[in-house]
Amino acid sequence: MASMAQAIRMALHYGEEHLGVKDIFGQDVGAPLGGVFTATQGLKTAWNSPLDERGIIGMAMGIAMTGERCVAEIQFCDYIFNTIDLLKIAGNTNWVSKGNYTMPMVVMTPVGAGIRGSVYHSHSFDAWASRLAGWKVVMPSNALDAYGLLLSAIEDPNPVLFLKPKALMRVRGEDLIPGEPEDQKVLKNMIDAPIGDRKAWKPKWPQLEPYKVPIGQAKTTRAGDHVTVVTYGRHVLLCNQAADQLQADGISVEVLDLRSIYPYDWKAVRASIEKTRKVLFVNEDTELTNFGEHLAYRASQELFYQLEAPPRVLAGKHLPGIGLHPNLEENSVPQLHDVVASIRDLAAQVP
Amino acid sequence: MGLVKRQRMAAQTVSEKSKSGGKKKAAKPLALSREILRHMHAMMVKSRVLEERLIKIYKAGEAYFWIGGPGEEAFGVPLGLLVHKGQGPQYDYLHLHYRATPTLIAMGMPMIDSIRLMMNRATDPSTGGRNFSNHYCYPQWNVTPVSSPIEVQYAIATGTAHVQKRNKTRGLTVVTGGDAGSAEGDFASSLIWSTRPGNELPMLITVQNNMVGISTEYKEQHGEAHVADRGKAFGMRTLVVDGNDPIETYRALESEMNYIRKTRRPVLLEARVSRLYGHSSATGANLIPERDCVKEFEQLLLKHDVFSSAHVKNLWREFEEEGRQAQETARREPAPVAESVWENYFAGDENGDWRKF
Repeated sequence: MASMAQAIRMALHYGEEHLGVKDIFGQDVGAPLGGVFTATQGLKTAWNSPLDERGIIGMAMGIAMTGERCVAEIQFCDYIFNTIDLLKIAGNTNWVSKGNYTMPMVVMTPVGAGIRGSVYHSHSFDAWASRLAGWKVVMPSNALDAYGLLLSAIEDPNPVLFLKPKALMRVRGEDLIPGEPEDQKVLKNMIDAPIGDRKAWKPKWPQLEPYKVPIGQAKTTRAGDHVTVVTYGRHVLLCNQAADQLQADGISVEVLDLRSIYPYDWKAVRASIEKTRKVLFVNEDTELTNFGEHLAYRASQELFYQLEAPPRVLAGKHLPGIGLHPNLEENSVPQLHDVVASIRDLAAQVP
Repeated sequence: MGLVKRQRMAAQTVSEKSKSGGKKKAAKPLALSREILRHMHAMMVKSRVLEERLIKIYKAGEAYFWIGGPGEEAFGVPLGLLVHKGQGPQYDYLHLHYRATPTLIAMGMPMIDSIRLMMNRATDPSTGGRNFSNHYCYPQWNVTPVSSPIEVQYAIATGTAHVQKRNKTRGLTVVTGGDAGSAEGDFASSLIWSTRPGNELPMLITVQNNMVGISTEYKEQHGEAHVADRGKAFGMRTLVVDGNDPIETYRALESEMNYIRKTRRPVLLEARVSRLYGHSSATGANLIPERDCVKEFEQLLLKHDVFSSAHVKNLWREFEEEGRQAQETARREPAPVAESVWENYFAGDENGDWRKF
């Protein structure tokens, strides 16, 4: 099975071949490196840019204004913060121009902790991104969804922020991407650049087929009756683990992978809460004005009389950064034991 | 106006006539044809009349805010006349700042469109009543939306130029901005990204230097004698023009734009301009005694018998009347309705309101 990095690479290749992508760019995105997570290796339209995040976003906006499709990368979301006003303009351009200038651009950037990334390679951006009106924001939790969401993002006429959970970039999926060879070694030999001199190397792309995950559509990854857990990105894996673990204790947990942060699948969230009557929102961005708080607010406003416990948010602590030492990182963002404890506590509450 | 026509008109220049001892003295020729001079003057007057109308609308309490470009006519009008106007990468893209009325007027924008924008009418074709005056958007002419941040257009402009270069078009990308905004990083980005070796971009990067940002003087904040000097470090062609002289500016722009079309390389052009009514209505929008390019140009053309005083008087009167009638019309037009705030949130009017998810 493909890793998420390979899945993204294949989606970008499909975008080049079939969806009109003519520029994939950012720092170290082109040869020889092909991205710090190898997600852009071997792509014919990938190129290296100056180390200038504002320049990268500006370039993408200008390309989008011509109607052409591009995918830009900010190497880590920790470095996207100096582009906020450009992101705001990208989000308001269609609105302020009365629909005269759409912005069909994709910006992808790795997010989150989990790789011992220290203070400036561990940021999250989902809460910040949710405040960028006019943008669509997606975050996959597995390789197949990464492929499907990226194809949808490329096709979308709006600016789409594709958040890559960096801790999952090397994680292999459980489902084949349509057209992917079954043997992962075969895939590796076809599309992974060799170590060392790569000048003569060219990828041999599999015959990929379209597979699209509609933006705004969540997915139930564990069915359950006692507690709903709504999450996305790498915490889907942790929440699935927690659900499996708690099943032995008789606690039935439903896990919803939101996949799209904006627009989000409220119908799915609502239906699950109406079934379980208890909900926990889990993500690793910092806890103040966290996106989970918005969902918890909405749940309490619209489903108050159906709830059997207050909606709860488990998020990263409101700290200036993620400390490098594991003791520090693990006490900064939700870990498996935190998720388990929160679910247990919620499940035990009696109205 | 097409390029061929412009060249033909430019070949017929005007000579200065003066009387000395009852005989006509050999005249120093003006460098442009009579037709271009008359047209430039008319567009400069029209732009000035329009801007002064916008200020009147503000002062009459019929608009919330004014910002605009009186004092930049001698730069903006030649630019508007010289661009290849159309939609798509084969034509020129314009990433303008909020003092670009002269350029839009020269390109053919009706006065009433600017007034609709000023008065936040639903009929405002640029923003539908959503943005300030002079924040134009004309996709049919590749005029991208003007935004209030004073520097972002320099970074965005590289993208349209990149597509023009990649698609091997003859189009170029124009970006305008002020001297104060050149202190922002996006200005440096435009210099860096337009001069990447082997990937140079067909960009006319311009700075309209009025020597002040709101109230802070250029000389207090900038050590460089000319903003244009910064381009030299990137090996790009640079020049400084008297942006109060429309003939010098026209000729410089024409030459530099031809260079860019031919070489597909960037140029950094700085135009020294006036700011005749201050920064905006926030600073009063009152006339400030600086060089007035419209009056100077008008006197020059009168001196050269390009037109008569009667013609000039009539021209101002006609544009004044056009502006007055446009204001009356715009006043009767509908305001945007409150419910429209969610329109165009996403492309194709896909719902963006989370309450409806």
